[in-house]
Amino acid sequence: MYSRGFRPIAIATVLFTALAFGLVFFYAPLDGDQGFIQKIFYVHVPMAIVALCGFVAGGIMAIKHLRSGDRSWDMRSYVAIHLSIILGTGVLITGAIWAKASWGHWWLWDEPVLVSFLIVFLLYCVYYPLRFSIEDPDRQARYSSVFAIAAGAFVPINFVAVRLAEQITHPRVLSQTGGSMPGEMRLTFLVCLVAMTLLFVTLWKLELTSKQASMQLKRLRGRLELRAEERAATQASR
Amino acid sequence: MPALPLDEAGQYVAGAYVVFLLLILIYVAIIGAKVARIQRQVAELLELTDEPETGAGRSAQPARSTEAGGRAGTSEGGAGGPAQPARSREAGGRESSSGRGAGSPAEVIARGPEPEAPR
Repeated sequence: MYSRGFRPIAIATVLFTALAFGLVFFYAPLDGDQGFIQKIFYVHVPMAIVALCGFVAGGIMAIKHLRSGDRSWDMRSYVAIHLSIILGTGVLITGAIWAKASWGHWWLWDEPVLVSFLIVFLLYCVYYPLRFSIEDPDRQARYSSVFAIAAGAFVPINFVAVRLAEQITHPRVLSQTGGSMPGEMRLTFLVCLVAMTLLFVTLWKLELTSKQASMQLKRLRGRLELRAEERAATQASR
Repeated sequence: MPALPLDEAGQYVAGAYVVFLLLILIYVAIIGAKVARIQRQVAELLELTDEPETGAGRSAQPARSTEAGGRAGTSEGGAGGPAQPARSREAGGRESSSGRGAGSPAEVIARGPEPEAPR
């Protein structure tokens, strides 16, 4: 079910990732202000955008779960959030590396973009203990979906709130005027964004396929156990 | 904001890209390990379900228990002949419980004909 179209997406991911790396290091010009460290931006920003979109997508899938009662949507939501947290970890680490190179500090607590992303990240870290502290699968799926919706709604609100904040020293990539990137940089950035999105979708499908196979195996094992018990009962009655 | 010299900036850029690649590699490795485990369990289940169930199948049951127990480290499962298969299976099952987890497919099949099960 989840593996449908996996191969073309995986191939596209590899091609776009290779293209993105090629463009970053051989095509995009050096930034006049930041120099070579600006190259971090091509991995850091797409990762942040995809992670935040993944959180929102997790919320939308959770809405579908609550509306339809189909637990496969909860699984989709869980995997999307899980992947977004992994990308979020990457965002925090690459952002800290960039901050150290650019600002001389690994982290600045008075920087709204950094702190707001950390808040979102920590909020989603709560998702795991919440989910896995509930044993009943139906309740687990329901409660996790409610959390995913509430947290998913928080992400765009948080984004807008940071945009409205006055003190902004964090560089702007996307603005209402489309940013101030020259054409080569913008093309490279867009290719990186597409590559990151494809990577997200590929890994999402990969994990879903693996989880589904695992669940099917569990079901099969249950059936075999039942059959073995029936056989035992028949033998005992003889 | 002055630009860092290339040799210094290169370290930071390399660090950021290595972090990204490492994250993806670790993630793919974990998923790969999971898939390998699933594949192994499916192969095990297939192996067990492919064995004949009637006639020869029943006589093959001690051999199955030997397989289940043998994998867990016992060498006496199935050695008891037609009168002792249940006991030998139980022995194999118990040993495999401690060694491989109670839910192993080999165990499920091997545990099958125990007389206590109908209760």
